[in-house]
Amino acid sequence: MWTLLARNLLRRPVTMTGPAALAAALDLKAVQKLGRSLSIRQVDAGSCNGCELEIHALNNPYYDLERLGLKFVASPRHADILLVTGPVTRNMAEALRRTYRATPDPKWVVAMGDCAFDGGLFQAGYAVLGGVGEAVPVDLHIRGCPPSPTHVLEGLMALLDRVA
Amino acid sequence: MARELTSLLSGMGPKVAGHGPWPRHMLDRAAWLELLRHLAQEDFPLLGLWGDTDTVHLALRDGASVAVASLSCGDRRYPAVSPVRPSAGRLERMARDLFGLEAEGAADRRPWLDHGKWLLARPEGSPTPPAAEAAYEFLPAEARGAVLHQIPVGPVHAGIIEPGHFRFHVNGETVVRLEARLGFTHKGIEAQMVGRTPHDASRLACRISGDSAVAHSLAFARAVEAAVGLQAPARAHHLRAVMAELERLANHFGDIGAICNDATFPLLLAQFTILREQVLRAAQSCFGHRLMMDRIVPGGVTTDLDGSGAAQLVDLVRRLRPTLADQLRVYETRSSLLDRTVLTGIVKAELAQRFGAGGYVGRASGQGQDARRNPGYPPYTELDFPVAVTTQGDVDARVQIRAQEAAASLDLIERLLGGLPTGPILSELAMRAGEGMALVEGFRGEILTWVRLGEDGLIQRCHPRDPSWFQWPLLEAAIEGNIVADFPLCNKSFNCSYSGVDL
Repeated sequence: MWTLLARNLLRRPVTMTGPAALAAALDLKAVQKLGRSLSIRQVDAGSCNGCELEIHALNNPYYDLERLGLKFVASPRHADILLVTGPVTRNMAEALRRTYRATPDPKWVVAMGDCAFDGGLFQAGYAVLGGVGEAVPVDLHIRGCPPSPTHVLEGLMALLDRVA
Repeated sequence: MARELTSLLSGMGPKVAGHGPWPRHMLDRAAWLELLRHLAQEDFPLLGLWGDTDTVHLALRDGASVAVASLSCGDRRYPAVSPVRPSAGRLERMARDLFGLEAEGAADRRPWLDHGKWLLARPEGSPTPPAAEAAYEFLPAEARGAVLHQIPVGPVHAGIIEPGHFRFHVNGETVVRLEARLGFTHKGIEAQMVGRTPHDASRLACRISGDSAVAHSLAFARAVEAAVGLQAPARAHHLRAVMAELERLANHFGDIGAICNDATFPLLLAQFTILREQVLRAAQSCFGHRLMMDRIVPGGVTTDLDGSGAAQLVDLVRRLRPTLADQLRVYETRSSLLDRTVLTGIVKAELAQRFGAGGYVGRASGQGQDARRNPGYPPYTELDFPVAVTTQGDVDARVQIRAQEAAASLDLIERLLGGLPTGPILSELAMRAGEGMALVEGFRGEILTWVRLGEDGLIQRCHPRDPSWFQWPLLEAAIEGNIVADFPLCNKSFNCSYSGVDL
């Protein structure tokens, strides 16, 4: 383990410098507008779990979301943003609405992925209600199947632009 | 005297024409009952059970051969399989919720996927207006003299995971019984596939469980190819296997890291997610999609790999191999980590065998089944590779199996790329009728997909059976007697799919 740690100390970090401008701007805005308190609660309203994999990737050392002052929290009661994935299934609609109600104001809803936009491949029917907007008001859509982690970072940036 | 499954079924009912690659027999009620009597005595593992318009299908395995028994049930009732194969229980409940087929004599008659929220009841059978929503009765738990209390968790969980409800009955901090209630992500995938072309439906198959996008689209593609009697080109077989092994690597890396994190060792989470990200980036650059979605279609693959892509993957494999070994050495030498994973969440070999669990859950508990070897499919039939098995059955065993499988996948990718055949990557799919099935080894285990195409070549019925069907029930057994605080660790070591079984 010590060799691993020593090697990591000597090596350059893997954390992306690619979206550095994005990261810096995101960081600045988060500090200015939210005092580094932007907390995200993720809700899977019926996804295939592809979007969840890319949300997990945001926490890996390449993207390292927390360095930007954005973090995932365990309860909607601690959250500023609900990051919702999936077409909303009828079996999950009530849980999503309750999660929304449990989130304190001010709050924003980000619908992530093509399914969350309008149901995507999954047509509304006996089991699917439709996009996230069918259940709760949506502030921002991030398209893609699934959107890449970089794309999600860009989306969160766009949201911060709108946050008054 | 044990009989072979195929000869047993041949004597029970006529073989259905146009079903490949394994036989399907139509049984009458008396023959079905006789088959159930055989199942009580003989060890033919259950591969799947699914409903159809007015038929129930039962897939069984006997060594390297597979066969399907079907019972036409005009009165929508059939003698239950779950009394002799407990892993059929939830599948029977699904067949009832979707098709209205009643399993006579089943111990558990509660709804499963239908939470009383759908627009229709029995949507794939003869739909009726939904029944009024009723409270779900969890099974009672008893402990001699102790007062138990319940902890309800979910469907919205604390982590970034899929939705499901877990009901814990606890005595102090010890779990006496866990019962999962799933179905929250039911999207009606099977119903949405009906009437689509195989190519169109393969996009849905790819999204049955996003982490198994390659494996599910491969199982679907192979089932369709079996139905129409098509062989994909040799190069496509190799490219499919490269993608399947990359998917296995990415998931095993992610899982090992996440298990270590749940055992409060985040250093390895960081290290393993770096490896996972490297695999996903290579997939993006070589196949054009991080999760390799929609790359495998009936007839072959849609994306070819050029020389520089192959070189990039070989380079990745060579870099990952020593790093993986280094990181596993850290795992194996940290007593604080092993203290959490060793002897936690044990699944006994006998139980894994009864439920026919495959994948790392089965192989960590003495079950050596791997669809790549048995029944086998190209290109694996030409390759020799190890299948790791242990009988320890705990969280540590499930980590070790993943680690050994990841190492084997690295070797496989290198060999597959070394012998990549030239030629086309996609064969044209004839639009014709047929029935086909396929067994494919995803990272979680064996996926069985069954499909029936109509005269116009469109999907009439498709049933994908995710490996998680036979692993979820074992999680409930694994946690028994463990403390509530170890549930996330046990759950992560299983990493069952919710979407894959909710469909």
